[in-house]
Amino acid sequence: MVSMQPIGIYKPGAEEEKSETARMSSFVGAIAIGDLVKTTLGPKGMDKILQSGNKNNTIQVTNDGATILKAIGVDNPAAKILVDISKVQDDEVGDGTTSVTVLACELLKEAEHLIAQRLHPQTIVSGWRKAVTEARRALEESAKDNGANPDKFREDLMNIARTTLSSKILTANKDHFANLAVDAVLRLKGHGDLQAIQVIKILGGSLLDSTLDEGFLLEKKIGVNQPKRVENAKILIANTSMDADKIKVFGSRVRVDAISKIAELELAEKEKMKDKVGKIIKHGCNVFINRQLIYNYPEQLFADAGVMAIEHADFEGVERLALVTGGEIVSTFDNPELVKLGHCDLIEEVIIGEDKLIKFSGVALGEACTIVLRGATQQILDEAERSLHDALCVLAQTVKETRTVYGGGCSEMLMANAVSELAMKTPGKEALAMEGFARALRMLPTIIADNAGYDSSQLVTELRAAHKEGRNTTGLDMNRGEIADVTVLGITESYQVKRQVLISAAEAAEMILRVDDIIKAAPRQRAPDHGH
Amino acid sequence: MSMGSLAFDEFGRPFLILKDQDKKSRLHGIEAHKSHIMAAKTVASTLRTSLGPKGLDKMMVSSDGEVTISNDGATILSMMDVDHQIAKLMVQLSKSQDDEIGDGTTGVVVMAGALLEQAEQLLDRGIHPIRIADGYEMAAQVAIGHLDKICDQFPLDQSHRERLIETAMTTLGSKIVNRCHRQFAEIAVDAVLSVADLERKDVDFELIKMEGKVGGKLEDTMLVKGVVIDKDMSHPQMPKRIKDAKIAILTCPFEPPKPKTKHKLDVTSVDDYKKLRVYETEKFDEMVKQVKDTGANLVICQWGFDDEANHLLLQRQLPAVRWVGGPEIELIAIATGGRIVPRFQELTTDKLGKAGIVRELTFGTTKDRMLVIEECHNSRAVTIFIRAGNRMIIEEAKRSLHDALCVVRNLVKDHRIVYGGGAAEIAMSLAVSQEAEKISTLEQYAMRAFADALDSVPLALAENSGQAPIQTVAEIKSRQVTEKNPRLGIDCMNKGSNDMREQHVIETLSSKRAQIMLAVQLTKMILKIDDIRSSSENVSL
Repeated sequence: MVSMQPIGIYKPGAEEEKSETARMSSFVGAIAIGDLVKTTLGPKGMDKILQSGNKNNTIQVTNDGATILKAIGVDNPAAKILVDISKVQDDEVGDGTTSVTVLACELLKEAEHLIAQRLHPQTIVSGWRKAVTEARRALEESAKDNGANPDKFREDLMNIARTTLSSKILTANKDHFANLAVDAVLRLKGHGDLQAIQVIKILGGSLLDSTLDEGFLLEKKIGVNQPKRVENAKILIANTSMDADKIKVFGSRVRVDAISKIAELELAEKEKMKDKVGKIIKHGCNVFINRQLIYNYPEQLFADAGVMAIEHADFEGVERLALVTGGEIVSTFDNPELVKLGHCDLIEEVIIGEDKLIKFSGVALGEACTIVLRGATQQILDEAERSLHDALCVLAQTVKETRTVYGGGCSEMLMANAVSELAMKTPGKEALAMEGFARALRMLPTIIADNAGYDSSQLVTELRAAHKEGRNTTGLDMNRGEIADVTVLGITESYQVKRQVLISAAEAAEMILRVDDIIKAAPRQRAPDHGH
Repeated sequence: MSMGSLAFDEFGRPFLILKDQDKKSRLHGIEAHKSHIMAAKTVASTLRTSLGPKGLDKMMVSSDGEVTISNDGATILSMMDVDHQIAKLMVQLSKSQDDEIGDGTTGVVVMAGALLEQAEQLLDRGIHPIRIADGYEMAAQVAIGHLDKICDQFPLDQSHRERLIETAMTTLGSKIVNRCHRQFAEIAVDAVLSVADLERKDVDFELIKMEGKVGGKLEDTMLVKGVVIDKDMSHPQMPKRIKDAKIAILTCPFEPPKPKTKHKLDVTSVDDYKKLRVYETEKFDEMVKQVKDTGANLVICQWGFDDEANHLLLQRQLPAVRWVGGPEIELIAIATGGRIVPRFQELTTDKLGKAGIVRELTFGTTKDRMLVIEECHNSRAVTIFIRAGNRMIIEEAKRSLHDALCVVRNLVKDHRIVYGGGAAEIAMSLAVSQEAEKISTLEQYAMRAFADALDSVPLALAENSGQAPIQTVAEIKSRQVTEKNPRLGIDCMNKGSNDMREQHVIETLSSKRAQIMLAVQLTKMILKIDDIRSSSENVSL
């Protein structure tokens, strides 16, 4: 009988996983991702080596959750959600990428137990929602705001920077870098636009040689025969072609009947260029920076006029320069009186390590600064940059939202206890879900302690007891392996980041939990890769 | 391949009627029916668990590995990689419900699946498919007639915003956004009310735009009474905030003109070259001047700008936005009351759009920027701006909001409502089974089957909410009869009341009616197919 045969309603290659199987597969995928990044959490977290698949096998050593997750190709849809979440966390607040993944994964582990107890996923979800609200309330209550007091606020920022950096490669020199980062961010005077902070990596030296430079550094060379040092510079920033200036009227082409005419045309072209250079110089600038190439001929003309010409500053460089020097990006040169030139006190060529850089000091926008990172290997430099970026992001967020909370597992324990408390008062199955939520929150300090190689069960229970007694500034001291008052240790985190971790993780876990069916379309057929 | 598809002549040799007959498979008669019903049931059973406020989500992985999570029936089905013919019909069914009403896409598929399931049992008893189809048709008439009887009026004006919000909340109840339930409902209602034409009872969806941006919280989602475009100023140094903007909306590029006719411009001498050079600079100057002369202080352009033109604009203090897409341009034009101008020459002052404020929004640590045009001349265009943790939630929020918008729109269009939570289905089921007793022919069985099928919606609702389905439905059924109250339904949210009026679980009459009609139509169509031929095994593979 035909009707007894299985009827495939999907295209060949497509699959469907239902209820238990689907849930299983998404739990397994998400938990695997969580376990992968789990060991990088906390001040004693381990790094990962990422080896890229292309033929030169570039290696990255990192401790940054978002970087790790971005690099691994995942196939499991639930795992993809977690990767997505960490990416968003990175975009939005810049730090806490590992925590968010680990928390989501711990929540799902709890959910797995609850599902095994035949709790309906929706009941778990509604329990979690109540738990999140309660946890947020507790977090908000514990938050301190020192925004009004500049000295104390700076101390806060230093603490936050130190806490963020302590889990990274920069931990050995965290004071140095915390100082760098806080100085850089405070220069921004609260607007939080990280564009004005430039990070340049130069191989060689040690991490401690890294410096914060006022002003702006450009990794470009000055044209031949041109002044290498200009004081009181008037800068014209341009985006214009300085090769052969093409005629843009559509469909035009050169058609001549004699060689002599080509020569004439060439001359005309040359003249056009000369005119253009003349116009540029008429602006009264002594430094000319172009986004596009400057050919030899105009370069020579600039040299003759004693103007420093810098070619091929990339787009970002030009925009940043325009921002910091206060000039505008120019493309036409007919109205010199309307053009705003950029200013800075001194432009000179400096040599750091082996690289020549152009340094702009005394720029109009006093907020700009450059951090020069030095390090022994490219990997160290890259990782240092990522760590610094994290710290800068968190600091910039904190400048905007000045509230801070305590780190070292303290806030997690605080939230967990608040949620447990609520669970005790809640009748019904939702209470089970809330207890699960509290357990998941408690897992974060547990993992931090585990990663540092301490007896996590002992420490976390001590911590819980301390919080229960009302000493709710107690956290983990991972240098000595005991619980201690985090206010003394100065382990501080940004309220914004913590809150985002909590919300994003709960959102992601809920999303995965609500799925009871996975439908996979047949993978698109691709032509086999021939391997270049 | 069944033997029935081959004919033999008197010597026992196979007799080929169709080309490549042996390569084609054929199903006919009862087997064809069974196979169709099987396929339809499979699709329906996938969707069944997504029904109702406690329904679960489905995760779809596209052929490129992109993940989508949704519990919107139409979305799930459209992303299922379905191959079976009948399953495809089910996909279209939910799509047509989506196009027509915009909500109830899951319900219609579950209903059709249940009807077919009942039909299968009738087929086993030997009832002819056409009789079943007729019976269903009769039952549907009865059901819809009964719907008209039990429907309630839902008067609508600005003062009834609260009731509208409650309705929208019902729709959003089943979606992932129900954390900011109330807020989203308010957004949906306000959006519809601000674009609705209450006189003509019409809502132009073109005026409601949804923009999503990854990052932030769902709570940050807002309704912008104006237009949001995912673009920024063409030059980084143009002002980020323009008050009392007069907007020139252009569809011509700030580039040297390109005649449509084919032409060649030969540069044969130095003179020509110089002339062209002059012409080029003049052209840019002229374009900017033409715009400036009209008094515009913002240019929205569909095309790109030349670097030089861009700088000229900056110099003349004329902020500009480039590469704005076609639909967005239209929206801006509608919102600001401006005219879309295809040529610089035709730009005049009265063709400019007006807006109270145009500003740039920046987000997070990334360099994303968006432009918001607010306080527009024509306040009717609105944009719903969605923020959420990741792209998937945004997409899901968009779909949920779309559903909510549709429901509110339907209420604006038609004031009649019925109660949800399975209440209407149970009421219809009772009416149909009562009516069935009066029929003396075979169709009586089909009608009873129809009544049973109607029960499947409340059953699924109860099941998804973690209640004992049969017991709950039976209880409500008996209460509906004894209390003569068609508003009793499943208490999905455990609020302690079965009266759907108290819970504000309402659906529009038009939506429910369309559900029944579409489901019955599809069922009838499937029942009428008794032969299916397909060239089996794609030979090319």
